Amino acid sequence: MSNIRRRYLRETLTNYAFIAPAIAGVLIFHLIPMVTSLFLSLTRYDVVSSPKFIGLNNYKTMVVDPLWRKSIFNTCYYVGVTLPIRLIIALIAAVLLDQKVRGITIFRVIFYLPSITAGVAISLLWKLIFQPTYGLANSLLAHFGIQGPAWLGDPKWAMPSIIIMMSLNIGQFMLIFLAGLQSVPTYLYEAVQLDGGNRWHQFKYVTIPFLTPVIFLNIVIGIIEMVQMFTQAYVMTGGGPMDATLVYVMYIYQRAFQWLEMGYASSLAWFLFIVLLVLTIMQFKLSGRWVYYESAGGRR
Amino acid sequence: MKIRISFSIVLTYTFLILGAIIFITPFIFLITSSFKTPAQIMSVPFRLWPDPWRWQNYVEAFRVQPFGRYYLNSTIITSLNILGVLISCTLAGWGFSRKYFWGRDFFFLLILSCMMIPGQVTMIPLYIMYSKLGWINTYFPLILPSFFGSPFYIFLIRQFFLTIPDELADAAVIDGCSPFKVFWYVGLPLVKPALVSVTIFTFLAVWNDFFSPLIYLNSPQKYTVMLGLTAYQAEGFTHWEYLMAASAIAMLPVFVIFLSLQRYFVQGMAMSGLKG
Repeated sequence: MSNIRRRYLRETLTNYAFIAPAIAGVLIFHLIPMVTSLFLSLTRYDVVSSPKFIGLNNYKTMVVDPLWRKSIFNTCYYVGVTLPIRLIIALIAAVLLDQKVRGITIFRVIFYLPSITAGVAISLLWKLIFQPTYGLANSLLAHFGIQGPAWLGDPKWAMPSIIIMMSLNIGQFMLIFLAGLQSVPTYLYEAVQLDGGNRWHQFKYVTIPFLTPVIFLNIVIGIIEMVQMFTQAYVMTGGGPMDATLVYVMYIYQRAFQWLEMGYASSLAWFLFIVLLVLTIMQFKLSGRWVYYESAGGRR
Repeated sequence: MKIRISFSIVLTYTFLILGAIIFITPFIFLITSSFKTPAQIMSVPFRLWPDPWRWQNYVEAFRVQPFGRYYLNSTIITSLNILGVLISCTLAGWGFSRKYFWGRDFFFLLILSCMMIPGQVTMIPLYIMYSKLGWINTYFPLILPSFFGSPFYIFLIRQFFLTIPDELADAAVIDGCSPFKVFWYVGLPLVKPALVSVTIFTFLAVWNDFFSPLIYLNSPQKYTVMLGLTAYQAEGFTHWEYLMAASAIAMLPVFVIFLSLQRYFVQGMAMSGLKG
């Protein structure tokens, strides 16, 4: 008996040796910072002097802060327009890529390119494309006799410019749609065909109902990702002109690292955390349902 | 019937090619711009093809900024991150996949729940911690965390380890293997596909990362490739041709890895989608 217990103890200790770095990591890099951040959000703190406790004042300031409102508006504008465009493009691309025709791999690679390279390099490229006098965008428009706007230099057009660039970033959506499409049982398509339906009927009465949970999943994943957009705004406009592209994370960055208001920035971050938490819980529920769908209705 | 099928194929190709043109045009524009002279870049009316092709832009891009240095820095940071993630996450993944022991499920759930904490919440306390340690403008903040595991990768690798039956590990123990040798000789060889995926994700995330280098690195000599790209436009006049050449080189490793390991990429993107 004591032998078995000793063996169990030894195995437990061995296993703890394996997971110890990960537990330390979770404490040092996630949990302790999270609690510290909550504490900091209740203080005024500029890194140089020690934090001064001010209760909920940061949150009260936040609600009436015009820049906070502006950043929320900008983020909603960005997500609200980019999301549906991306969904539609991704769905069309996925349906096309689901066809059994030759050379599909090449097209798949091309449709992925903007997604895997997204970041600084692509943002700089689009900055040149949107250059008002000699950029590609206005040169094309001039070809059709249209005088293009100043794009990134114009408060009205700066956000649409970023939206145009980010709408091509469909890789992840497309993949999830493709997986969803492949879970549609082929006999349902055949049934529609037997009943005299055409391709459009197949799409409308079989594909779309089957894809509904996948569409919801994409919406939630998309919002979570887009709400955290930063690099593109930082590189292309720095949040300007006239705060037209000051998105939420950009605002946290400015408050924390340019104005050194670590306390206020922490309260901004916590607001984002709560919003993301709600979305993540939704995502888990949806992806659970999606997996269920796939296993229950997969091709047999 | 035959005619209808070929009609739908033609339609499919039409849309595919139309889409491909839209998606690939920015990249063609990137490449052609990187071979132009400043005058050609600014020429109105617009001309897509450079004439003549100016190859020395690619040499100059390395001269006007220490781009080779940035490249080396990024390579060092990325490789050490991959090393760190592979070590820490395989160890933890193995530990969490073993027979039940006290606290196993609690700690596993704790680690998984950390996936929900966004980086924006932890970045300020972490920045303060690193500055108290005097680590601002060093690579420690960019490398060290990878040696302490990453929740999603631990989860991923654990899923693969779970497929190994306990009997196999027990047999190795009876044969006199130490616990580490069991992990090394029995466990690791069976999870190679997961390790490839984790390596690719880590490579992409670290190579493309902009935010961490931005807040932690101050001196240009220490910049990464992505941070270094922004330095090209810091001066009053932007040399677009150098910037585009540098951007093309910055994206090159991503392209190469994407094209050669496409299958893993696709799996990876789908999985990270479910993770969010």
